[in-house]
Amino acid sequence: MTEVERHNYDVVVIGAGGAGLRAAIEARERGLRTAVVCKSLFGKAHTVMAEGGCAASMGNVNSNDNWQVHFRDTMRGGKFLNNWRMAELHAKEAPDRVWELETYGALFDRTPDGKISQRNFGGHTYPRLAHVGDRTGLELIRTMQQKIVSLQQEDYAETGDYEAKLKVFAECTITELLTDDSSGAISGAFGYWRESGRFVLFEAPAVVMATGGIGKSFKVTSNSWEYTGDGHALALRAGATLINMEFVQFHPTGMVWPPSVKGILVTEGVRGDGGVLKNSEGKRFMFDYVPDVFKGQYAETPEEADRWYTDQENNRRTPDLLPRDEVARAINSEVKEGRGSPHGGVFLDIASRMSAEEIKRRLPSMYHQFKELADVDITKEPMEVGPTCHYVMGGIEVDPDSAQSVVPGLFAAGECSGGMHGSNRLGGNSLSDLLVFGRRAGQGAADYVAGLDRRPVVLQSDVDAAARMALLPFDPPESGEPENPYTLHQDLQQTMNDLVGIIRKADEIEQALERLAELKTRMRRVVVEGHRQYNPGWHLAIDLRNMFMVSEAVAKAALMRTESRGGHTRDDYPQLDAEWRKTLLVCSATDDDELVPGIKVERKEQEPMRQDLFELFDVEELSKYYTEEELAAHPDYQSLAAKGNAEAGKEEA
Amino acid sequence: MSYIGQFRVWRGDSNGGSLEDFEVEVNEGEVILDVIHRLQATQAPDLAVRWNCKAGKCGSCSAEINGKPRLMCMTRMSTFSEGETITITPMRAFTVVRDLVTDVSYNYEKARQVPSFQPPEGLAPGEYRMQQVDVERSQEFRKCIECFLCQNTCHVVRDHEENKPAFSGPRFLMRIAELEMHPLDTADRRDMAQDEHGLGYCNITKCCTEVCPEGIHITDNALIPMKERVAGRRYDPVVWLGNKLFRRNRS
Repeated sequence: MTEVERHNYDVVVIGAGGAGLRAAIEARERGLRTAVVCKSLFGKAHTVMAEGGCAASMGNVNSNDNWQVHFRDTMRGGKFLNNWRMAELHAKEAPDRVWELETYGALFDRTPDGKISQRNFGGHTYPRLAHVGDRTGLELIRTMQQKIVSLQQEDYAETGDYEAKLKVFAECTITELLTDDSSGAISGAFGYWRESGRFVLFEAPAVVMATGGIGKSFKVTSNSWEYTGDGHALALRAGATLINMEFVQFHPTGMVWPPSVKGILVTEGVRGDGGVLKNSEGKRFMFDYVPDVFKGQYAETPEEADRWYTDQENNRRTPDLLPRDEVARAINSEVKEGRGSPHGGVFLDIASRMSAEEIKRRLPSMYHQFKELADVDITKEPMEVGPTCHYVMGGIEVDPDSAQSVVPGLFAAGECSGGMHGSNRLGGNSLSDLLVFGRRAGQGAADYVAGLDRRPVVLQSDVDAAARMALLPFDPPESGEPENPYTLHQDLQQTMNDLVGIIRKADEIEQALERLAELKTRMRRVVVEGHRQYNPGWHLAIDLRNMFMVSEAVAKAALMRTESRGGHTRDDYPQLDAEWRKTLLVCSATDDDELVPGIKVERKEQEPMRQDLFELFDVEELSKYYTEEELAAHPDYQSLAAKGNAEAGKEEA
Repeated sequence: MSYIGQFRVWRGDSNGGSLEDFEVEVNEGEVILDVIHRLQATQAPDLAVRWNCKAGKCGSCSAEINGKPRLMCMTRMSTFSEGETITITPMRAFTVVRDLVTDVSYNYEKARQVPSFQPPEGLAPGEYRMQQVDVERSQEFRKCIECFLCQNTCHVVRDHEENKPAFSGPRFLMRIAELEMHPLDTADRRDMAQDEHGLGYCNITKCCTEVCPEGIHITDNALIPMKERVAGRRYDPVVWLGNKLFRRNRS
């Protein structure tokens, strides 16, 4: 029998980024005994990297903003593949979630009348992002970290124990979810302390997954080492499903030089505040890349675009602020056609657009980052930027209202959940997403636990199996050369980067799947040196299991979707296809392989949008995305059809 | 532009350890953390190190480089000469867990002892109004990435483990200042700063400010103003007399 430290909780939140902390706050406020388990120290989660802001239609800067406008922008940004109910809840609840943070002590930048200031961002019609300079994510994490401390102080006052109801297990990695033998419901989670390597078991009827993204499967990424798709893979192995895994967002502006910082993020706030993209000829090339679906919504000349910053009523926004997928593809094309910068990116110019003082005030951490890491003074010269793997739209399939997956007791929020952002996420919508759905997941878990008549049971055999799996990398391979986990990881990253990256083709994806199969056989031979105490080689070997499962899900779904939409661009199928809009690809695990289970992908019809939401859109806009059959449900369809007939008649005449 | 650099890295655990010599490839534009990662991938796969963002935003990779407290991800190799041997050791003020990883739990304990933000009663969410100029004071302190380099360098605790119970260190004295300067906070932490968090131990040598990777003016903008507030409350003779006469206790 395995030696394990045991804990008993009502809910275990895995991940201490924004979504996890918000879920934990909610669960504790509803009276649940709550554990937060995270791979890093408390307060270091990837959310600190979010720079630009948190989207919420408070209307503080432009009073025309409201939830309907935010909802429409979100659906457009995701090319109408979003789960509309999630997009609706998100748009409606985001302002309350932001204001709530002020009651926890957050200090956002202010408008002249003392309200929370809001900034422009790609795809958002009005200035909408609550922000603190360019370190908004840090403010969110610190605020919620401090809220958790304040809840612990309340518990201390009452019980003499800070951790009576809410405890953070930092530097602790969960490697497996455990389920009840008879019901299939969540019964607990198994993991190890990074510091000692000792095993730990949480017995709990509810788990909230808030583990973030998968970027570490790609070579050029803005993501930290933690982003190994743990939540995605753990959920798959527990029987849950993933959706939209083919949609991976490449942020258009990552650093490209020096090589060691390639991929580190340059906030979209640079463009939101006036920065513009230029090619090696000095041309603002984005004007050439406004796609048909956005024609008429963006400025056509640099003059109009510049006027827009001061007069938004009479001018259209700059195409530098198109949604991220469009900008990333445009940069990719410019570089391919030989108009790139010396280090294979394009130029992002803020220096010629505002004073040095203004730049340092608005974008202090960007100034700092370029000065320290690239020796570039962004108040004097342009930055060199290019696409970097940034965010996965795909994730655990959940019920929009309760955040529960198909596995009873398993909830998910934030980046590791799927649906909310459709095929492409708008900048600023992730911080609001994690607040809205973090809270809902906490609530969902509380309701679920309250409704249970018996606690699901942890099987000792499952605990033993999980322990055996975790220790596997210490055993020498049965045959063949031992593999170094670092080398295997690099090969995986190169494969995904080259073959399932920003632009995809069927034959390349097939090649990727072959290589993944090959890498999976090498995975069996991974051996780590040293002992279990704080051993990064061992930690990586464990995380690799998850990266392989997630990479296979991305590649398989990408091969199946024969169209281009948002964060999925197929060179061999460059168009949007209305039939695909209503189709979701659902990934689940097969039970062929205990170490790295295979992935099965199935099609599923998306539920049609509720009528009142459907009617928020102009039928003409919808006609760019929807099938004729679907459009017929819109009240203005008849007039559109009549207009279409008239135009067809004209052409004939 | 690549060369083979000379490195001495401390390896060991709470029972002791020593400096080990390594030769590692160094490429253009790299930082210390890149070298440590290459060392892990090629020569020492179990070398323990904390890191996350690799962009100076999370404050995980704190260590001492040639004896100076620094973030490994923000220390560029170009600041050293090629022939120089670079020594990397764990933060000295905290107990070693393994190699470059230290036990920083002291900081989380101190964080829990600072009473949290206390909003005004009856002010509904969404009704908070503050001026930019007023929030900027506390915002400077909220830039803190909790790398704990200031805690590590502060001479009150650097070589004086015995002072730790009575002293919260620059990071958490600054947290108190941040809350005190929050335009809408209603609590008073002045006595507590002096009596429970050891503000008086600080003799403003500014070592904390010097090592702060965020460039926060910890001493000038947080600690000195905090000392003035405490002095104003406790040692101003007029205030003292007023308190005596009118028996005004902790307000």
